[in-house]
Amino acid sequence: MSMRGDKKPTLYVYNWGDYIDEDVIDRFEKEYDVRVVYDTFSTNEDMYVKVTSGGSKYDVLFPSDYMIKRMIDEDLLEKIDLDNVPNAKYIDPRFKDLDHDPNNEYSVPYMWGTLGILYNKKMVSEPVDSWDILWDPKYSKQILMVDSQRDAVGIALQKLGYSLNSVDRNELEAAKQELIKQKDLVLAYVVDEAKDKMIAEEAALAVVWSGDAVFAMRENPNLDYAVPKNGGNLWFDGMVIPKTTQNKELAEAFINFMNEPAIALANAEYTGYSTPHMEARKMLPQELANNKAAYPADEDIANTEVFVHVGEMLREYDRIWTEVKAY
Amino acid sequence: MKTKWAASPYLVWMVIFIVVPILLVCYYSLTVPAETGREFSLANFHRFLEPVYMKVLFRSVKLAVIATAICFVVGYPLAYILARSNFQYKNILVMLLVVPMWMNFLLRTYAWLTILERNGILNALLTWLGLPRVNILYTESAVVLGMVYNFLPFMVLPIFSVLSKIDHSIIEAAEDLGANSLTVFRRIIFPLSLPGVISGITMVFMPAVTTFVISRLLGGGQFTLIGNLIEQQFLYVGDWGFGSAISLVMMILIMLSMAVMSRFAGEERGLGLW
Repeated sequence: MSMRGDKKPTLYVYNWGDYIDEDVIDRFEKEYDVRVVYDTFSTNEDMYVKVTSGGSKYDVLFPSDYMIKRMIDEDLLEKIDLDNVPNAKYIDPRFKDLDHDPNNEYSVPYMWGTLGILYNKKMVSEPVDSWDILWDPKYSKQILMVDSQRDAVGIALQKLGYSLNSVDRNELEAAKQELIKQKDLVLAYVVDEAKDKMIAEEAALAVVWSGDAVFAMRENPNLDYAVPKNGGNLWFDGMVIPKTTQNKELAEAFINFMNEPAIALANAEYTGYSTPHMEARKMLPQELANNKAAYPADEDIANTEVFVHVGEMLREYDRIWTEVKAY
Repeated sequence: MKTKWAASPYLVWMVIFIVVPILLVCYYSLTVPAETGREFSLANFHRFLEPVYMKVLFRSVKLAVIATAICFVVGYPLAYILARSNFQYKNILVMLLVVPMWMNFLLRTYAWLTILERNGILNALLTWLGLPRVNILYTESAVVLGMVYNFLPFMVLPIFSVLSKIDHSIIEAAEDLGANSLTVFRRIIFPLSLPGVISGITMVFMPAVTTFVISRLLGGGQFTLIGNLIEQQFLYVGDWGFGSAISLVMMILIMLSMAVMSRFAGEERGLGLW
């Protein structure tokens, strides 16, 4: 395959944008004498569509909880042979046996975190503790909304007091109306750009994942992060091996490599996301280990919900988000 | 007729990359997923008729028309000056117009983000001049600006090429017969430049009405255009049927507008860029 004519094995990795310390990839290439083709996506949904529409040959993916479940249900994933991933022993038992992969057969946890609101303390005076602030006309055109359908629809559902996994048509319709109402106040719908815009103080409030918040708060001390008291989302991203893999052993070697303490530490430090890796957690620098956004106290995330795959109702979510964006 | 075989590589190319994809688009647009495979249905087209999608169609056409009009108003005088002046550096001016097009379209559009931001270059400049700041990023105006910026050369170049080819003796004849410069422009130059104008309008309107990058970057995902809707269906939602139906509607729309345009252009077409 290679233009240079070498016969190095190639590993195809598909990960979220800005979700790894890129030096780690170089180190893996050198240590294993392989080539890594590294692509990125910005939401679970685009990853799923790309992987299932054919033509891709990824070996390792990084989906979230509900998407792992969906891919298991649709028989898209290989079982991981944990004998080839001895470093999985470092994973905190709290992150094992989760609902989306009860026997840890298909995924090895990579990071976890929350969905919440990143805000600028200079621009927002009142306490940020509820999704309601994203509908406050005072912040018209200063709100960056997350351009990801489960997250956006989930926020509207929780704001209305429903579960973010609702499969009730009336509740979903109400959520759609709520999102349409919000549209006039929104400055832009973004995913990866949100943290840069917040660092540059282009907006007052942004819906982001916790690691992006940690990253942004490091760059701009005026920023702070809050998970709404009446809800919020707790998520777990894992590494999985899709059936498209042509080199399962290498994929397992990569997953094992990612769980070497030094590597897991590098990734946790770079991304700002919360690591489920016990050794890496111990070695974290104080400022990150004590960061409430990255490692919240249990009571701060007591009311959060984890996304669950909604099955057939997913079409309803698709339709709602399409219509909100089109409105 | 004997040289027809020379066209065969192109024919093969066309069948593989144009005819087959269009047939696939037709197939997906006219079917919906069923128990096994797909079954015939008009549901995708029916869905497109819902008010929310009509609104997207209307918005796309509206923004494209505005952008085309601005390109014409700005582009015609520019092309005229370039073509009629005897300025010795004329070719350099034409080249300056073309050079930005050598750069990647996406990069040029990203550059506008930095310029238009709240704390961006434009506002820094306005503050320095003591003028009030403006917030135009993530508005419809920003989308139109992006379209005009990116597509202006497509308006200027065909008009410029037609104007440059006008036989000067016709203009001299008109002047000899007593026409003043306004009459010369109105009765001679403008009618003769029409094929260039038509071709310019088509070449600006078509990419403007189908763009999805400009509206996403400069509109902040708020002003969904037809192109964004199609992209969303294929890349994020995975509803190929609905995406294909919208694409088909778009293709028909473009072909209709081209048919209308070529009627205007009449026999004289061919002087433009195509």
